[in-house]
Amino acid sequence: MSVFLKYREWVLAAIISLMVTGISLYAPAFGTLDNATGVLNDTAFLFMMSLAQMVVILTRGIDLSVAANLALTGMLTGIFNEVFPDLPALVYVAVALTLGCGLGLINGTLIALLRIPPIVVTLGTLAIFRGMIVVIGGGSQVNTSDMSASFVGFPKLSFLSLSSVFWIAAIVALLAWFFLSLTRAGRGLYAVGGNPVAARYCGISLPFQQVLAYAISGAVAGMSGYLWVARYGVAYVEIASGYELTVIAACVIGGVSIGGGVGTVAGTLLGALFVGVIVNALPVMQVSPFWQMLISGAVILAAVIINARAEGRGLKLILPEARRAAAQAKR
Amino acid sequence: MMHDPSPTPSRYTVEDRAPRKLSSFLLRWESILVMMLATVIIGNTLKSPYFLDPFNLADATYNFSEKAIMALIMALLILVREIDLSVAAILAVSSLAIGFMGDAGYGTLALVLTGLFVGTLCGAFNGFLVTRSGVPSIVITIGTMSLYRGITQVSLGDQALSTFPQSYLDLGQTYFIDWPPVPLSFFIFLVLACVFGVFLHKTAIGRQLFAIGANPVAARFSGIRVDRIRFALFTVSGLLAGLGAVLLTARIGVMRPNIGLGWELDIITMVILGGVAISGGVGTIGGVVLAVFVLGLSTFGLALMNVPGIVINVLLGLLLIISIAAPILIRMATGKR
Repeated sequence: MSVFLKYREWVLAAIISLMVTGISLYAPAFGTLDNATGVLNDTAFLFMMSLAQMVVILTRGIDLSVAANLALTGMLTGIFNEVFPDLPALVYVAVALTLGCGLGLINGTLIALLRIPPIVVTLGTLAIFRGMIVVIGGGSQVNTSDMSASFVGFPKLSFLSLSSVFWIAAIVALLAWFFLSLTRAGRGLYAVGGNPVAARYCGISLPFQQVLAYAISGAVAGMSGYLWVARYGVAYVEIASGYELTVIAACVIGGVSIGGGVGTVAGTLLGALFVGVIVNALPVMQVSPFWQMLISGAVILAAVIINARAEGRGLKLILPEARRAAAQAKR
Repeated sequence: MMHDPSPTPSRYTVEDRAPRKLSSFLLRWESILVMMLATVIIGNTLKSPYFLDPFNLADATYNFSEKAIMALIMALLILVREIDLSVAAILAVSSLAIGFMGDAGYGTLALVLTGLFVGTLCGAFNGFLVTRSGVPSIVITIGTMSLYRGITQVSLGDQALSTFPQSYLDLGQTYFIDWPPVPLSFFIFLVLACVFGVFLHKTAIGRQLFAIGANPVAARFSGIRVDRIRFALFTVSGLLAGLGAVLLTARIGVMRPNIGLGWELDIITMVILGGVAISGGVGTIGGVVLAVFVLGLSTFGLALMNVPGIVINVLLGLLLIISIAAPILIRMATGKR
């Protein structure tokens, strides 16, 4: 039982490998190296975005505005590219990071300084960011023909047949691991989420940690915005619509607790991979893509309920007698 | 041990109630909403001569009545620290069932009952999962939202259902009362608003909801059947989503898998603007009803001025954040905590 508790990630990894094996037996095309790299390239955005979302959820927050931020920053970077074409691609990455971080700071400031609940703020900014795309872009699209070669080319670069988007996601994952396990600010995110009062007594500043979390979330969303627009070759109002829920779903499947303070980089990556495998397996198995939503819904429910059981807080026993009885029953 | 014979005065004194101040009345959330509503109405009347036309106003209510009905129960859920993100998906599943029954040639009563029944069933499933698993309802209902919406996508794909008896379509496409013109959906909203208002503010169970929202553990220790109430609220949430499906499907006369997509966020916006605290225990039905009118009429007014829908969304998002932030800023500025 303690294996389940401590190494939930191993269980998830085992389930994913079982799934991949099963799908490959059914449809051999799925088990090829070619397809594996395809799945990883496809899921790269989800890897980055769910890690960023985890950082926010750790502080007991939630960022519903990530997909809208992605779309808005993507549009702005596209327009920036029209004005300043043929700059090195890393300039566009930097611009997108800065813009996205700025949008995240708006969320962070409202949440940390005015103490408005995160779900309220990000619900509002979700609508605002999405709408600003139309206000700024005048309802028009930015198409591939409007984009310069360096802008479009960057996400198509590949190394070991994995795209640059995947390698960026890998760097983000390494940075996230380093930041969350080895830096003071990273540990502080767990502290304020685990017990805000105790964290306060330890001298950890909740407003600072919150602003930091939403800035990170915004920066990653913004960078993904540029990569998304450049990779798919179009920026318009609807891109990544509803993606925020997929991102949160990946976190939840990966064992991030919505109550804050619990979550690991490895778990979140596996959660995202799980979603990615399902999304990519359906067409291979010739199942209608309309099944995707139903399956991910069922998986989310199964994952959270199994997680809750494994953590032993399935039923909240608040009366001492009941708790004692349950403890005896367990023994 | 020393014994003091003289009666010591109590350490606690009950003071007279502080006199009611005009400023505290004016800073009440409902008063702010009334002022906002007045601004919206006056502004729109000055801007457009068509705004105050009774038929225009009646048609404007079509656009928010179904959401408003679902906002009433969402207010109670948020009041007890829960949330139901799956309402729009439940609406879609109920609408799907109505569509299939319509295709099979059943009559209006059967369609209505099917919609309500399927909605209730979905809501009860939410309630069961939330109360049994102990997982936060935001997570459970994200899952069931995918599940329910997925069911409609799997069943219909890119198809649509549009065979309905005329008497069913009339529910959503004619006025329930001819003069002044009142559509059925708006009439139902008004009746339910009264029912919910009385229930929340005048009954014992209504008071228990505030107790649960303020402190669920303390409420449980006080003998309030917290889980039973939670279960009931989620079930009613499903029922009203089913009702929304009945009205919406009749109004637009067609069922597609993307029906009501994204409505959950609109509904939550209504509730939050209505002054229900997301942290639970605070809120009134009156506030929610006022917020429904503020949002509904400003959307209608902006649409009359040819403002595109997505720009209206920006303005409503700003309205949500500013209206929540302003009182906090005022309190910070005046130094009150």
